[in-house]
Amino acid sequence: MTFKTTWRNIRRSPYQAFAAILIMMLTFLVASFFTFLLVGSSKVISYFESKPTLTAFFQNDAKQEDIKSLEKNLKTTGKVAVIKFVSKQEALSIYRQQNKNDPLLLDLVTEDILPASLEISAIKIEDLPSIHGILKSSPIVSQIIYQKEVVSTLISWTNALRRIGIGLIIVLGVVSVFIIVTIIGIKISQKKNDIEIMRLIGASGWYIRWPFIIEGIFYGIVGTILGFGIATGSIWYLTPFLSSFLKGIPIFPVSPIFLLALLGVELFIAIVLGAFSSFLAVLRYLK
Amino acid sequence: MIKLENVSKKFGTGVFALSDISIAVDKGEFVFLVGATGAGKTTIFRLLTREMLPTDGTIMVGNWDVVKLPHSKIPHLRKKVGVVFQDLKILMDRTIFENVVLPLEVAGFKSQDARKKVEEVLEKVGIVNHRDKFPIQLSGGELQRAAIARALVLTPEIILADEPTGNLDVATAFEIVKLLSDINAKGTTIIMATHNTEIIKNLPKRVIGLDKGRLVRDDKNNKKDKEEGKK
Repeated sequence: MTFKTTWRNIRRSPYQAFAAILIMMLTFLVASFFTFLLVGSSKVISYFESKPTLTAFFQNDAKQEDIKSLEKNLKTTGKVAVIKFVSKQEALSIYRQQNKNDPLLLDLVTEDILPASLEISAIKIEDLPSIHGILKSSPIVSQIIYQKEVVSTLISWTNALRRIGIGLIIVLGVVSVFIIVTIIGIKISQKKNDIEIMRLIGASGWYIRWPFIIEGIFYGIVGTILGFGIATGSIWYLTPFLSSFLKGIPIFPVSPIFLLALLGVELFIAIVLGAFSSFLAVLRYLK
Repeated sequence: MIKLENVSKKFGTGVFALSDISIAVDKGEFVFLVGATGAGKTTIFRLLTREMLPTDGTIMVGNWDVVKLPHSKIPHLRKKVGVVFQDLKILMDRTIFENVVLPLEVAGFKSQDARKKVEEVLEKVGIVNHRDKFPIQLSGGELQRAAIARALVLTPEIILADEPTGNLDVATAFEIVKLLSDINAKGTTIIMATHNTEIIKNLPKRVIGLDKGRLVRDDKNNKKDKEEGKK
């Protein structure tokens, strides 16, 4: 009976129901997107963190024997796992491979412009600073790309994203609560007559309250399923593009267990949010 | 069954709706509550169903002390006392069946049992053919019958009927009174508020008269006084 009454309340004011579902959908769409973004970026960070790599670019006039002796020097430290020399010619062929679809870029670049480099992987991530020190002191090295910097930039980006995401979700959550309180409040006011009659024929307080509380929960659940569905659908649609963009980083395909867990958590929050909002409305308007 | 002792009700405006009323109604009685508009008839009904509390006095309905009844018990009291409201309080967006089934749903009846009970009670009040119609499709007398059906559906021990013939033509009014009288014959205590003197004249039942909140007539007491006087 309670569910029947709830369903009748929803069906008889479809625009209000639509507004409530829409705001819940928006909240959980944003929540899902930010969760994907944050989980994805933390995977990118741990990927970079797990790759203790340095790239040292040489001066244009660096001599082969100097490079060889530096390479030897590094190997003797015992901290280097892999060391790979990339000559100017190889750099050019890599560049050509990466830009094969853009003839204009290919014409502009010759092997003179591209520096030779050493790609060094340390055995442990803690060894990177000392390898970095050796490279820095060498006069033939012009530039060192240090993964640690990439990681710290990524971390600061992720932190900023997290703050923006949490802020946005809180604002949307509060807006959802207010909108649902208002919508349920309007419904209670519209049904004042019915509620009075029900009370007079012996309905208990909870008999009258339950349909409104279930209505709030319904808006939460439907809004979440839609928001989550849209977010997951977009990720699924973008997977081919994103996985080629983030080549080598093991993010895609997104695990279905993770998706189910996220849906579960979102549904739980939505039920709490919907029940809380309608309970507030019931407290405020049903005295 | 029903006992009001020294009951007064003073409204916020300072007006006394009832002043020091004492009435007792026995189980199975049929009582007319008469008086002009504003005499306090509806106030008595509202006190009996705990829609409001008296300023003074005690009210007993069955074994319930209505004044001291905790909030959580009010629904129980209201399930025991069927009310036919003066303004009917029929839900216009529900069919007659849905209106009459409401007290059963509130009381937690299973839908099959409820359906059966509603059929029976609609049959009893003579509007079973209108069960799927909306209130707007029914005449005044038929609506009154629907309101009585709703008051009757939980087989209450008491029915309070507030001006159930108020807006009806004479013939229909008598039909309604006949219906209430039949219900009373099966043991239900009935208090009917009215100002229709024709009905009172034609039905030899106890009459309680009110005027501006004061008790001005009670046939039962008069009868007792007369009996005591003879002795």
